[in-house]
Amino acid sequence: MKGSAYIVGAYEHHTRHAPDKSVAQLHAEVAKGALEDAGLSREDVDGYFCAGDAPGLGPLSMVDYLGLRVRHVDSTDTGGSSYLVHVAHAAQAIAAGKCNVALVTLAGRPRSEGSSGTQPRHWGPNLPDAPFEAPYGLVTTNSYAMVAMRHMYEFGTTSEQLAWIKVAASHHAQHNPHALLRDVVTVNDVLESPMIADPLHRLDCCVVTDGGGAVIVARPEVAKSLERPLVRLIGAGEAVKGQAGGRLDLTTSAAARSGRIAFEEAGVTPADIRYASIYDSFTITVLVQLEDLGFCAKGEGGRFVADGNLIAGVGRLPFNTDGGGLCNNHPANRGGMTKIIEAVRQLRGEAHPAVQVKNCTLALAQGIGGQLGTRHGAATLILERV
Amino acid sequence: MTGRKIPAPQPNAEAKPFFDAAAEGRLLVKFCAACGSYHHYPRAICPHCFSERTEWREAKGTGTIYTYSILRRGVPAPYCIAYVTLDEGIAMLANIVDCDLDAVRIGQRVKVVFKPTEGGPPVPMFAPL
Repeated sequence: MKGSAYIVGAYEHHTRHAPDKSVAQLHAEVAKGALEDAGLSREDVDGYFCAGDAPGLGPLSMVDYLGLRVRHVDSTDTGGSSYLVHVAHAAQAIAAGKCNVALVTLAGRPRSEGSSGTQPRHWGPNLPDAPFEAPYGLVTTNSYAMVAMRHMYEFGTTSEQLAWIKVAASHHAQHNPHALLRDVVTVNDVLESPMIADPLHRLDCCVVTDGGGAVIVARPEVAKSLERPLVRLIGAGEAVKGQAGGRLDLTTSAAARSGRIAFEEAGVTPADIRYASIYDSFTITVLVQLEDLGFCAKGEGGRFVADGNLIAGVGRLPFNTDGGGLCNNHPANRGGMTKIIEAVRQLRGEAHPAVQVKNCTLALAQGIGGQLGTRHGAATLILERV
Repeated sequence: MTGRKIPAPQPNAEAKPFFDAAAEGRLLVKFCAACGSYHHYPRAICPHCFSERTEWREAKGTGTIYTYSILRRGVPAPYCIAYVTLDEGIAMLANIVDCDLDAVRIGQRVKVVFKPTEGGPPVPMFAPL
């Protein structure tokens, strides 16, 4: 599969608040945006990918709404990591001859609909873990907070170190005119923001935004016929991790496996990566993934992220140069799509000049879906500019 | 736990014996006779070895806090969620109650207590020993 597909189109919706649009409409708008970016038309699309944010019966509803004529659909849902999985599955489908041009869309309106990381989500009576978790007030924030608390206990990670992740994201977001939060913040600003779920402060948490994004994955012949820089998928990995029947290990994520698979396929190492999009639902999410992907050793994440090491032009590993989920955008409460899009911008040399990584030939995009504190999926993509 | 209403668990058939026992003040865990391991949350088929030879056992009811967090915003009152590693060696999600939440620590020893829910069976929680 290596090298069998290219990302030829990428588009992030400019909105962060869309009370007057429908979710299906946002899906259509990002689909149009990605096709225009690629220089393709709707009629070129013969594969369609979406996840649980798509209304109704996913591809059935959306293919009809969008007026697509496709011969391959995939509605794999691994939460916020779904769209990275979709890119990998699209590459597999292309290699298998099942489609030539795959459209992947994400959109949602959690801000307009009043979604909050301190309120429980309801998944229905058949969920096997629900009777053992719902009574205890498990929500998104305290789930990730338990990971942070354990990481601090095992490795001495501090709130100041976690805060550096938000500080770096804010340094990037100041240059993004569409970012929800554009003010540069300091470590002290993070520590002095209200405690949400110990040890995570408000500024350790991502934003809640309406919006969406889309990418187009195409076979090499199609990619080379277009007048866009060539961004090739050279490695992909996916993994799922949970509570293991009570044999809990919260300080290592499924990114350890998804990353290993992707790096092996690509034949590169973390030291080769020039830019990394790292899923940032919370600051701790970034720290755990950086360790698990091998950018530093397990337990060293706090020291790795401190002192601006993730800031473009300053540190060793520029990350989330759009401002990430922490400052820019987290549409549909699913941050995987925007991770892919900023990696594509970097590889094309189309990031904001203030954050563009020089000679960015190799990038990684990393997603997490679900909750690190209970069950989650991880997906890793390694992309190169040809 | 003052201020937070505890939502009733909605046990399915597989989970019902756990909550029937909780109503009697007993904490059950699943043990697999094939691989000799405990697991939680309870399943009919062992998640470790995939055997059907699982059986309910009464847990000692004591354990150690593996990790925790106190939710302070967007809720009627702060509450503490935690994973407690039971002395049987498996972790279960619960709340830490009947104590000063700001004094909760990883590694702290705790014992099970049962707390009423809103119109459902009581659920196990933990208080410092």
